[in-house]
Amino acid sequence: MAEKKTKKESTSKKDTKKQAAPAAKAAEASKAPTVSSKEARVGVYICHCGTNIAGSVDIPAVQEYAKTLPNVAWVDNYQYMCSTPGQKKIEENIKEHNLTGIVVAACSPRLHEPTFRTATKEGGLNPFRFEMANIREQGSWVHMHDREGATDKAKDAIRIAVAKAALLQDLVPKAVPVEKAALVVGAGVAGMQAALDLANAGIKTYLVEKNPTIGGRMSQLDKTFPTLDCSQCILTPKMVDVGRAENIELMTYAEIAEVEGYIGNFDVTIRRKPRGVLTPVEAEAKGIVGGGCNGCGDCEAVCPVIKPNPFEMDMKPRKAIYIYHPQVVPLIYTVDFDSCIKCGLCVTACGEKKAIDLEAKDEFVKVKVGTAILALGYDMFPIEKKDEWGYQKYDNVVNSLEFERLICASGPTGGHLVRPSDGVTPKKVAFLLCAGSRDNTGIGKPYCSRFCCMYSLKHAHQIIEKIPGCQPYLFYMDIRSFGKMYEEFYYRIQDEGAKFMRGRVANILEDPVTKNLTVVAEDTLLNRPINLEVDMVVLAAAVQPSSDTDRTRKLFGVSCSQDGWLLEAHPKLNPCGTTTAGVFLAGVCQGPKDIPDTVASAEGAASAASIPIHKGEVELEPYFAQCIEEKCAGCGMCVNLCPYQALALVEKEGRKVMQVTEAKCKGCGTCGGFCPGGAIWMQHFATPQIVAQIDAFLLGGAK
Amino acid sequence: MADEWKPQILGIICNWCSYAGADLAGSARTQYPPDIRIVRVMCTGRVDPLFILKAFTDGADGVLVSGCHFGDCHYLEGNFKGAKRMFMVKSLLKNIGLEDKRLRMTFVSASEGAKWAKVVEDVVNTIHELGPNPLKELAP
Repeated sequence: MAEKKTKKESTSKKDTKKQAAPAAKAAEASKAPTVSSKEARVGVYICHCGTNIAGSVDIPAVQEYAKTLPNVAWVDNYQYMCSTPGQKKIEENIKEHNLTGIVVAACSPRLHEPTFRTATKEGGLNPFRFEMANIREQGSWVHMHDREGATDKAKDAIRIAVAKAALLQDLVPKAVPVEKAALVVGAGVAGMQAALDLANAGIKTYLVEKNPTIGGRMSQLDKTFPTLDCSQCILTPKMVDVGRAENIELMTYAEIAEVEGYIGNFDVTIRRKPRGVLTPVEAEAKGIVGGGCNGCGDCEAVCPVIKPNPFEMDMKPRKAIYIYHPQVVPLIYTVDFDSCIKCGLCVTACGEKKAIDLEAKDEFVKVKVGTAILALGYDMFPIEKKDEWGYQKYDNVVNSLEFERLICASGPTGGHLVRPSDGVTPKKVAFLLCAGSRDNTGIGKPYCSRFCCMYSLKHAHQIIEKIPGCQPYLFYMDIRSFGKMYEEFYYRIQDEGAKFMRGRVANILEDPVTKNLTVVAEDTLLNRPINLEVDMVVLAAAVQPSSDTDRTRKLFGVSCSQDGWLLEAHPKLNPCGTTTAGVFLAGVCQGPKDIPDTVASAEGAASAASIPIHKGEVELEPYFAQCIEEKCAGCGMCVNLCPYQALALVEKEGRKVMQVTEAKCKGCGTCGGFCPGGAIWMQHFATPQIVAQIDAFLLGGAK
Repeated sequence: MADEWKPQILGIICNWCSYAGADLAGSARTQYPPDIRIVRVMCTGRVDPLFILKAFTDGADGVLVSGCHFGDCHYLEGNFKGAKRMFMVKSLLKNIGLEDKRLRMTFVSASEGAKWAKVVEDVVNTIHELGPNPLKELAP
């Protein structure tokens, strides 16, 4: 094995010489980078992480073993390597022991690689001369009761890391300028808040909304807990601000079609769905002076097609040319081309304004932005899947968003709560909490939807207040009133006379004549069955990611959790960031949130998204591909493999060789994994480095 | 059962999905057999077939390559290109008379910690069934 190793080193050295030419292009890395381990002096640091690692890994044994490894010049251990004293050790030892590479065996590089790279840099080494051995997340924590197994694995992980650290090169991150503009996808309260914050910070912001109006789910709500502010009263001023803000370019009835580029330089193609109605600005551009839609509604009055209005949860009609409600922003009508019969009555009614164009087609707009925020929101879980509760089967079973519209003064009934079956005011209303949430049957959602408890308390308050003598019954598992003034609100509703029954509802039966409903449940506090006849049932249905979340996230390369909520970069320390640099999350698309949390997360995302823009440039990790021209046969296979068009064939000294555009290369290595001639050098993941890791791996097993 | 024998299994996994999934298994303290050693790459598209062949010819008992699910690749389609190469390597292994089951390509997302543990357990069991790599004796 030892003999083999030397052979490997010599080949690596050969590679180095050839590599020296392209790498030397980076002026800062002018010292000829070496991938020979011959003179490498690696410092190894083993972290106890309190007892997180030390509890399952024999640290002294690992330390003794690390000392025997080739190229290891110094070994130390410390309780918390990420603390200041731990990092100081690295900084001081680099000078004292003339180290050329650093290995820290601790947690995951996804957590602390940046920390230790900084320490390596502080010690005077290039930060990319650092390699991490993951002995916690992939060691002690997954082999907690196998001390020998975990210790052996830690030794091997360190050996593999040392092999790579001995061959690491100096690398210089590439600084690229950041476009002074941002994109926000989704204009609910999260997207609006984020866009306003960015705009107020002086950043040009494109706000893209799939619906014809901004406002999102919050605009459908009647009142908000626990303050009982009217939702519209606090939201519409914000909507107007968004419509007016100079720095916000609002694109409603539009969606993201394509995303290219990287942090600082995203090229985004936005599809503007055919609206069929011109805004005054668009009309003027077409030479129609004083024309365009002014929201007068003459078209709607003559339109003969009637469809349900999704804003009113399909409980109110709209026409084929419509607005959701009178407060929409922008106040521009939209033609629903799926139901429009193109009779042309609206065009006549519109007259001289000439706002309606029934031949409108998709338009594609390209924008360039530095950062992007996804605020994609949520949909209601289709609660009819839980058929024991009879939603959509029984007339008087509604979901909570339908209840919001029924009790809202601007809703289909003008705020008078009535039973859908006969229009009679109910006297007894049952609320089913956790309807489809905290459900492990495989039909519902396993998570807590977080805001249903509180809005159900608010609903109970609203019917007590509005309908004298009406009794709300709340069937609950636990009341989760976790926020500021929430528990106090819960007590208040109890005092107001709402009845609380702890128990999950088994099923609901309908009297076919009266359309009354019998709720069958068990009161688990009193240990007795309940058969309660009520006039109406409200299902506090679970929430789920909005319908186009999956499509949009894939365009931005953002991962999702198993429930479909978008995955944050770190659940605690980076809840607004994603694994795609420059893309941030706001609001419920990251996980269920009430309005205060949504707005807070939107402000967080806006702040995070403005940092690179204000800084003016970002550093890209220098994991670029490089062509080893002596080896390149100019076959061009790699050019087709690259998903970013970063590679091209160029003429050099009478033959074709591949050339990399570093700014386009994202460092995936798909070209390097294929090149038949081994002519592609993937910085930081170079073939000799990976081969050295595999060689080091193969040395194991014989302890 | 060769309880004393500890198989040498190499895991080459992508930074964005499977490595994060393996980290999540750790955060959730999901226990699995320790007989795997990890080399991290940015994308499974980086995995050169020669890495796998080298590991086998030099005596590895098993290799696991794990990336993002199709459509979820951080680099659009690197995992797809990587997977295609792994099929090629598998047929090559078969041709030289080595069980192609020794090489496994899986897709584990950043939120699938439990799946990662299961995959490792499966791979370890498979390699235990197959026994040591016959090429080990020939390895230099």
